[in-house]
Amino acid sequence: MRYVAPTTVDEARSLLAEHPGSQVFAGATDLVPQIRAGRPAPLVLVDLKRIDRLMTVTHEDGQWRIGAATPASDLTRNSDFTAMFPGLSEGMGLIGSDQIQNRSSLGGNLVNASPAADSVPSMIANAVQAVIATGDGTRTVPVAEIATGPGRTSLADGEFIIEFTVADPPAGTSDAYLRMIPRTEMDIAIVGSAVRLTVDGDIVTDANVVLGAVAPTAVTVPDAVAALIGATINAGLIDDSVMNTLADAASAACNPIDDKRGTVTYRRQVAGVLTRRAAAIAAGRAQNGA
Amino acid sequence: MSRTHITCTVNGDPVDFLASDDTSLLDALRDELGLTGAKEGCGTGDCGACSVLIDGRLNCSCLVFAPEAEGSDIVTVEGIADGDRLHPLQQTFLEGAALQCGICTPGVLIAAKALLDENPDPTETEIRYALAGNLCRCTGYDKIIRSVQEAAVRLKGVVR
Amino acid sequence: MTVTEDRPTYKWVGTRPIRHDGYEKVIGKARFAADLNLPGQLHAAYLRSPHGHARIISIDTSTAAGMPGVKAVVTGADFPDLDPTDPNFDVSVNVMARGMALYNGHALAAVAASTRAEAAAAVATIQVEYELLPVILTLDESMADDAPLVNEHNITRFVESDGPSNLATANVLERGDVDAAFAAADLVVEREFDTAFVHQGYIEPHGCVVDVGPNGKADIWASSQGHFMVRSLTAAILGWEPSKIKVTPAEIGGGFGGKTTIYLEPIAARLSQMSGRPVKLVMTREEVLRATGPAPASQSRVKIGASNDGELTAIECWFGYTVGCTNDLAGLIGAMSVASYKFPNLKLEAIGMLTNTPKTAAYRAPSAPQAAFAIESVIDEIAQALDMDPIDLRLKNAVVEGDPTAMGMPHPRIGFVECLEALRDSDHYRSPVPDGAARGIGSGFWFNIGEQSSATVNLNEDGTATVITGSPDIGGSRTSMALMAAEELGIDVYSITPVVADTESVGFTDVTEGSRATFSTGMAVVNACRELIEELRARAAKILGVEQDAVTWVDGTAVADGHDPLPLAAITAKAKSTGGPLTVTASLNAGGAGPSFAVHCCDLTVDEETGQVTILRYTATQDAGTAIHPSYVEGQMQGGTVQGIGWALNEEYVFDDEGSMENASFLDYRIPVASDLPMIDTIVIEVPNPAHPYGVRGVGETGIVPPMATIANAIARATSTRMTSLPMSPPKILAALDTP
Repeated sequence: MRYVAPTTVDEARSLLAEHPGSQVFAGATDLVPQIRAGRPAPLVLVDLKRIDRLMTVTHEDGQWRIGAATPASDLTRNSDFTAMFPGLSEGMGLIGSDQIQNRSSLGGNLVNASPAADSVPSMIANAVQAVIATGDGTRTVPVAEIATGPGRTSLADGEFIIEFTVADPPAGTSDAYLRMIPRTEMDIAIVGSAVRLTVDGDIVTDANVVLGAVAPTAVTVPDAVAALIGATINAGLIDDSVMNTLADAASAACNPIDDKRGTVTYRRQVAGVLTRRAAAIAAGRAQNGA
Repeated sequence: MSRTHITCTVNGDPVDFLASDDTSLLDALRDELGLTGAKEGCGTGDCGACSVLIDGRLNCSCLVFAPEAEGSDIVTVEGIADGDRLHPLQQTFLEGAALQCGICTPGVLIAAKALLDENPDPTETEIRYALAGNLCRCTGYDKIIRSVQEAAVRLKGVVR
Repeated sequence: MTVTEDRPTYKWVGTRPIRHDGYEKVIGKARFAADLNLPGQLHAAYLRSPHGHARIISIDTSTAAGMPGVKAVVTGADFPDLDPTDPNFDVSVNVMARGMALYNGHALAAVAASTRAEAAAAVATIQVEYELLPVILTLDESMADDAPLVNEHNITRFVESDGPSNLATANVLERGDVDAAFAAADLVVEREFDTAFVHQGYIEPHGCVVDVGPNGKADIWASSQGHFMVRSLTAAILGWEPSKIKVTPAEIGGGFGGKTTIYLEPIAARLSQMSGRPVKLVMTREEVLRATGPAPASQSRVKIGASNDGELTAIECWFGYTVGCTNDLAGLIGAMSVASYKFPNLKLEAIGMLTNTPKTAAYRAPSAPQAAFAIESVIDEIAQALDMDPIDLRLKNAVVEGDPTAMGMPHPRIGFVECLEALRDSDHYRSPVPDGAARGIGSGFWFNIGEQSSATVNLNEDGTATVITGSPDIGGSRTSMALMAAEELGIDVYSITPVVADTESVGFTDVTEGSRATFSTGMAVVNACRELIEELRARAAKILGVEQDAVTWVDGTAVADGHDPLPLAAITAKAKSTGGPLTVTASLNAGGAGPSFAVHCCDLTVDEETGQVTILRYTATQDAGTAIHPSYVEGQMQGGTVQGIGWALNEEYVFDDEGSMENASFLDYRIPVASDLPMIDTIVIEVPNPAHPYGVRGVGETGIVPPMATIANAIARATSTRMTSLPMSPPKILAALDTP
């Protein structure tokens, strides 16, 4: 296996074109375990971390650009970012230990395409876009279109994600991400729930609900969104009947498997519980101008 | 099999070594540089026994490919003392019996140092989450946490 | 905090010096098994069975032998076949299969090459023809009338049998008349329980470096709890003489019983012999989980009868342990570990059954945690039913000195009552249970063992001492040796250098297991010191020109009326002229190991919507006899407790239908992390063991026995749902809560 470290996007493009069977990486936090588990190592490993653009976070004109290889801890330490996207930051910040946090990246978390990826539900809920380097240019797609199944993405050979873009949320908007793991840290999510709400006074005017770890890819829950839009928040609490509908919709939207981390029944049940709780947190944050 | 020549700084000293590109930084430190302080407990980033600082940041060296270390500044447990003066963490770990078998200790010391370097006054919960990536099977973590708390107290009391 | 019976005031015993081996460990200089590299060493890798049970029709290693960098290849054919009745037969088969793969992960071949990558590449070319056989994974499958044999060589131990079977052991212990007692009881509670395979989880994988010279002398550097055992087992498996094998104990990165056997050394030795080069063989974490011994899984039925005023009159238990692919004594010991309560009527049956899973190994108080989980849970149900405080119920029935164990022998002096009282009076127990939380109590104990130890004490010319033992230090024991020597000799503990020496440099010493090191090796150290003091008195008498009887030894000084005291250093300076070097070796086969009891208390909350348990507060009391070094006694209590918490909440082996372990990594084999836990408060009870010069009781194992029931009992009180299956993971708790 050969290691190369391009310093520009173009250089990376050329390397990938020149070496079919090469693979880009940032944190390798899942790549290394996969290789140790017997997956054949790629012939050429392309390290994206020496490309400045992929390691930089900028905020200009109400738009964030997040380099795809930026370590999670850079984001979670960015107080402007965490203030605007507390849920996305939570999702990012929940990926593994502090050691993992200094390596794992939004790009890696996404293209690794684990159904349980912690940052993906919040990225989708916040309408984050991925800017992809193609053979000769770029294309931009919503994050939801990247993962197509466990370990599979819609990226063509030679393509890689350069950066993510997300607009500042409108006033009265905030988000939350909760996940269920058996311990308090270090585990892969059994269920993940991201909720983003926009609140105008006491009324929810916009919502997004996305679940992770309960289907081959992250799942949006339109019925939950429908339940939330128009809901009233009384004394910081969303109406009970809305919450029940929300939870039921989340459970129904799951298409989970039984595996060593959780059962179908458990995932469905907890998806409802976490979505209710995430919605409550997001509502509180949105109302308090978080 | 060709090996890459890598130059970096380890514990303040410029070093260079050869390693094949798929060698982990952990194996390079242990086998090429003879720094066996960092340990392999799992090889997959789940136990933290291989923890080192890379450019000031806590990392599992088993997840880092050796060539990634080019030009970087690495600190291992062998480098946190000041000559023959132990780092306060090393001292409190000894006094507080924060180690039994000692295999996790290098990684825990590095992780605790990374924490205190950034957050000199952590709460118990903050310490526990900062060390969540370092598995210990002997101590139940109690004396480790208390020793980190004591080291924080001593570090704050140091006259600069 | 410590609760101590009247006992002498010690100068050194009971203090907390920095451990002698501590500095190397915090600066990264301490050398563990994988830290040694010898010039020219080869690296070895295994071929392991991908099948849960298969006859090996053929193994073709010819391609492997010719691969780049490969210097030696071995299979079972390269090791002598021991007779199936040989006590080492099972281990010999486990370290390298002989014609039969008994579990997924069973070693079938090994390759030594210049690099690990070359060894692995060669392993991948080894061709094996298998005849797949039925895979037995559970107790029920193993016990079924027409069950296929897990291991064609297994003969049930200690009882007559017609031939091979899946039964490892069967044990029945009885006293009184349980049927009559149950009939007469006011309350009878009966429950069934089950527990999963769990691993000791030491952070350091097994490893060794073995160098066999052209003269056939093997130099072994290994991570082990007992290097004399490594020598004898390696010799037995290879058919070599023990005197041709030297084993140096590396620092050991955790064992907990899992390193009281061997996996690697004979393989590395044979590869080294064949290649003429040193061979380094280190397991990966995946190999540790797929191929080294877990603690047995279990099923049990426990029935206890009680009177309305809380007298526990009868207990009837059935324990079934699944012990992996070869015979194991778990079933035998399991029954014996019921001995905390008086129970005038008792019937305990325990069996061990074989399964096509890794050969089980000891894990702190082997077989007791599974039994205690069941029994302490039923006792708690009785306390609830009788509306009696769970500590009071235990106090009413607790064994004291003279009460019979399950085998019938009387307990010696023990501290169960003292532990119960200390917990009852503790700050934790006296404080109200926090809102939304619930509290559980559980208890346990371990017999502890004595066995053989040797110690040599050398006095150096400057009055310092070197204390040489053969007990690998898995928890700070070498400093405890130094403390006891300091107390005996009357010199500063830092004037003493404790050394754990290799098999050529110290007398025979049994494995560090059964919580025996501080007890038995400590006794050898004390005996050696006492003999040395006799010699010192004789030397002092010579120096002072008095009779030996006129000399007493006080605080490191020879004292005789009418003379200035003669400090140790003054005597050692004159060693040559008064008779020669001052050195004594003492050895013994220790008896009188004292049981160590423990009582635990836990406050926790249960999130009833997700099944997640959060432990808020935990207190462990345990009788240490005398805590030689209190910090390390506390450490044993805390470590055992947290292993028990992991066993209780999240740890389990997950196998697929073919017997392949699905969670062979620390990601999915979930041991507790720092953020899962609160501080583990300890109350060290000291009821001295009369058989030890300092009253020591082994403390290393008991701590793991109470936590599972302690937690289950708290969950029962939090949710009114009694969990009877380990681990009590969130999906299982939620499912139990949802079941009417």
